[in-house]
Amino acid sequence: MIKVVDLHKTFGGQAVLKGIHLELEAGKVTTIIGGSGSGKTVLLKHLNALLLPDRGSVLVDGKDITKLGERELNEVRRKFGVLFQGAALLDSMTLYDNVAFPLREKTKMSENEVRKRVEERLAQVGLAGMGYKYPAEVSGGMKKRAGLARALAMEPEIVLFDEPTTGLDPLLGKSIHRLIRKMHTTFGFTGVIVSHDIPEVFEISDRVAMLANGVIAEAGSTQEFVASKNQVVRQFLQGDMEGPLTVL
Amino acid sequence: MLSPLARIGRFSLEQLAGMGRMFLFLFSAFAWTFRPPARLRLIVYHVRSIGVDSLSVVLLSGVFTGMVMGLQGYYSLRKFNAESFLGSAVALGLLRELGPVLSAFMVTGRTGSAMAAEIGSMKVTEQIDALYSMAINPIQYLVSPRIIAGLISMPLLTAIFDVVGIYGAYLVGVGLLGVSSGSYFAGMESSVVFHDVWSGLLKSVSFGLIITWVCCYKGFNAPPMATGVGQATTESVVLCFVLILIWDYFMTSVML
Repeated sequence: MIKVVDLHKTFGGQAVLKGIHLELEAGKVTTIIGGSGSGKTVLLKHLNALLLPDRGSVLVDGKDITKLGERELNEVRRKFGVLFQGAALLDSMTLYDNVAFPLREKTKMSENEVRKRVEERLAQVGLAGMGYKYPAEVSGGMKKRAGLARALAMEPEIVLFDEPTTGLDPLLGKSIHRLIRKMHTTFGFTGVIVSHDIPEVFEISDRVAMLANGVIAEAGSTQEFVASKNQVVRQFLQGDMEGPLTVL
Repeated sequence: MLSPLARIGRFSLEQLAGMGRMFLFLFSAFAWTFRPPARLRLIVYHVRSIGVDSLSVVLLSGVFTGMVMGLQGYYSLRKFNAESFLGSAVALGLLRELGPVLSAFMVTGRTGSAMAAEIGSMKVTEQIDALYSMAINPIQYLVSPRIIAGLISMPLLTAIFDVVGIYGAYLVGVGLLGVSSGSYFAGMESSVVFHDVWSGLLKSVSFGLIITWVCCYKGFNAPPMATGVGQATTESVVLCFVLILIWDYFMTSVML
């Protein structure tokens, strides 16, 4: 469903992505792991053209989204839901209005239908009855849940998760992982998770890809990945200071 | 190592590129204004936020500016036995210059800075990316309604500033210093023409554009770091003040 071909991206003279090739299977959850600053979020933001590459392409259902105009790109973006690292809820709106926002903006649903959908989503993420609160009034975990409810409001085909458990304690992190798995079972979306929450994130991943030195060092099913003999993968999974990966 | 000449050249090119980006931002905001959906509710919200929320500071600064003008004008005019011209002097000064410029300064400080900070904070916390990802253009959603609201609110605030300023000067000149009420208003009526009123209001419309444009642009381009929002806010206020004064000179020279 999503194919990344020879993707290059440079920021201020520093090459972050140096020729990424990656295929993300439809209906599966793929996790992209890699060291801090390795370019995972940069890669994720290319998948729905929040960033455009210097070279290479991103094919969504066969369409190269790096070459689309605004109108066509917006059509493609409607297939996506995104859970940002800090949830990126709109501060000026309540949780309810945040979840309702894409429905009001992008559909012709009546306010009754919107209310039904929003309440359903908030209940699914464990925030029933909390819709009246503003993002500033809730905890980090609740923000992530509300962000997930918003990401799923439009019933997207693809959901991108940018470090969904960053800043949460291990129990909350686990609950977010379970929630993602539950939502995936319910909606059957194609999921892409960027995370360095290892090995916990493997429990909810069908496939894993590792980004190192600007390229995909290894990609495969979770079982294959965990059993990989690739030195880069082994060093990263075992947290060794010595090996092919440079540790500052 | 770059030579001083090369450094000046690079600096000049960077400034030119920055100006180019600012103008492209403005064109984009105007282009999005005319594309559906019409965001009337947001425009009304921002008229309230720019207009109503700035009202108290505009009223206060207007009345005290008028009072100072009443005092200074009275003591200057008395040297020429021309106290009866106080009304004309105050009205012309306020309508043509001080009203538009000072109310624009007040709105910059009160609302423009908040605008830059709000949009800057949205940028830093990825809320703007979230809008893009929901297929909503942030320029259309965040910037265009603010610019329209600025164009509507500024002349209204300026008109209020002018009126309370004229009554502030009346309070001091007539109430405290003994200028006759009749001569205060008669002088004003005989010397103020419609051109004085609309030239001031036209200036205020252009200041409304400058404030919303600069503050939205600076917020939109806030550096993604802890100090980024503060930096964007400071830069937006300073740039607004400078541009308002420069633009005021050009408009005055054309409309005199």
